Amino acid sequence: MSDLRWIDAALTSARPQVVAALLRYFGDLDTAEEAFQEACLRALKSWPDKGPPRDPAAWLIFVGRNFGVDQIRKTSRQTVLPDEQHLSDLEDREADMAERLDNSHYRDDVLRLLFICCHPDLPATQQIALALRIVSGMTVKEIARAFLVGEAAMEQRITRAKRIVSSAGREFETPNATDRMERLGVVAAMLYLLFNEGYSATGGNAHVRAPLCVEAIRLTRLLLRLFPAEPEVMGLLALMLLQHARTTARLDASGEIVLLEDQDRTRWDQTLINEGLVLIDKALRHARPGSYQIQAALAAAHARAARAEDTNWGEIDRLYGLLERIQPSPVITLNRSVAISKTQGAEAALVMIKPLEKALDGYFHFHGVKGAYLLQVGKSAEARRSFDRAIALANTPAEAAHIRQHIDRLQNANRTEKPLELPATGRPRTTS
Amino acid sequence: MQYAILCYDDEAVIESWPDAKLDEVIGKHQAATKPIAKRGKLGPVLRLLPTSTAMTVRSGDKPVVLDGPFAETKEQLLGLWIIDADTHDEALALAAELAGHKETGSMEVRPLLMFMDGKAAS
Repeated sequence: MSDLRWIDAALTSARPQVVAALLRYFGDLDTAEEAFQEACLRALKSWPDKGPPRDPAAWLIFVGRNFGVDQIRKTSRQTVLPDEQHLSDLEDREADMAERLDNSHYRDDVLRLLFICCHPDLPATQQIALALRIVSGMTVKEIARAFLVGEAAMEQRITRAKRIVSSAGREFETPNATDRMERLGVVAAMLYLLFNEGYSATGGNAHVRAPLCVEAIRLTRLLLRLFPAEPEVMGLLALMLLQHARTTARLDASGEIVLLEDQDRTRWDQTLINEGLVLIDKALRHARPGSYQIQAALAAAHARAARAEDTNWGEIDRLYGLLERIQPSPVITLNRSVAISKTQGAEAALVMIKPLEKALDGYFHFHGVKGAYLLQVGKSAEARRSFDRAIALANTPAEAAHIRQHIDRLQNANRTEKPLELPATGRPRTTS
Repeated sequence: MQYAILCYDDEAVIESWPDAKLDEVIGKHQAATKPIAKRGKLGPVLRLLPTSTAMTVRSGDKPVVLDGPFAETKEQLLGLWIIDADTHDEALALAAELAGHKETGSMEVRPLLMFMDGKAAS
C-alpha cells in the first residue's frame, strides 16, 4: 500500500502514550524522544508490508525501549542501567507488553508528559510550544509557523524550554488522587490556552493558526479518554468544540471578526455543535460545575439559538452569575451585563458595570460595551467619549474599525436609530 | 437476508487522520454502497459520535445512568450499514470491499434477527 497516511495517523495517535511510557522508563526526555523516533522509523519499514500490529502503541514502546537500552549500553558502560526487572522484560512478546501497559499506568504516564510541559518557570506560550513538540510531535517548523515566528527562534525556545523542564526535579512516582487532580487542572488550562492561541487569531494569518485549535481538540479528546468521568474535561472539550464550530462564520473574507450576533449561523458546523451539546449535558449531570462547564454551557446557549434573536439571555445571565461566583472577575460581570442589557435594558446594564469602572478602565471592551449602552439610552455625547476611549485602547485594527462603525452610525443616523450590536464577541473569551 | 456491517477501528487513530484522508475513505464507502442502494437494498447508514459522548443505562429495578462505556478494547464501533443481501457471500463481499478502503480496523458482518422500520412502528 502506497498510502502511508494511516501510519502517520497511527504514530501520531500513539505518540503521547509511547513517549510518556519511554520517559517513565528512561527518566530522560531526550532519550525517550530519540527512542520513539527510532521506533517510528522501524514502523515505517515494517508496517507497510506486515500491516499494523495489534497494538501499535505497545509495539512502539517495546521497540523504542530495546533501542534506548542498546544506546545506553553502547554510549557508556558506566551509566546505571534501568533495573534488572525492567531489562528482563525485553524478551517479552508484544501481547504481554500490551497487558502491562494498559490501565492505570497509561493514564498517569500521559498526564505526566503533559504536566511537565506546564512547568511554572515557562511562560505560557513556551509551555504550549513544548507540548506541541513533545506530546503532539509537531515539527519545529510547523510550530514556528503557527506561532508566526522564525524556525530558528522557535528551535531556540523549545530547546531552552526542554532544558528547564529536564533540570527540574522529576516526579516519576505515581501521583496520589489530589496530585492527579491538580495536574489535570494545570494541563486543562494549558490545553485551553493552546486552543485560544489558534482561536483568537484574526486577519490574514488566522488560517495558519487554525491547526492549533485542531490539535488542542485532539489532545483534549485524549485527556477525556484518560479521564472519561471528569465533568470539567468534558466541559473543556465541549467548550472547544462549540467554539470551533463557529470558525468559518466568525471571520469575514478579510479575516476580521464577525460578531456572534451577525454571524451566518447556517455556516456553523452542526456536527461539532451536536457533539459539544451532548458532552456539556453529560458533564452537567455530575452536578459538579466548574468554569469550563459553565463556559461551555454559555457557548451551548448561543449554539442552541437558530437566530441571534432566539438567544435565551435569561439562561446566559444565570450562567454568568454562576461563573461570577466560582471565578469572580470584572470581565465576567461585564459579559453578564450584556445579558442584562437584553433582558432588562441598557439602563440596568449601565448600573451593573458602574462598579467596574476602575478595574476595567484600561480594557478596550469595557469602553466599547459601555458606549453601546449609553447610545441605547440616548446619551450620545457620553457614548462618543466611551467609543473614543475604546479606540485608543484597541488591540487590533479590527477592534478599532468596529468601534469606528459605531461612531459613524452615531454621526450619520440621529433619526432612524437601529439598535447597535454589542462588541462582546471578541476578546472576552467566554462569549465568542 | 438482512445484515448489519459494523465498522470498528481505533477512534483515536481516525481522529488523527487528515481531513483529506477521511473524505477519501467516506467517498469510497459511498461509491461502494451505491450499486446496492440503486437496487433499493441499502438500509440506514449510520456514523456514531465518539464514545466519549456515550452514556450507559444499566438495567434493573432502578436503572442506573453511567458515563461510558469505558471500553477496554482498542477498537470502537464507529458506524454501520444495514443491507439486504441476496446471499451471505454478497454481504461478505461488500464488507470486504469496505474494509479494503482503509488499512486498519475491521468490518463485522452480522445477520439481522429483526428489522423494524421506525415508520412502521408508529
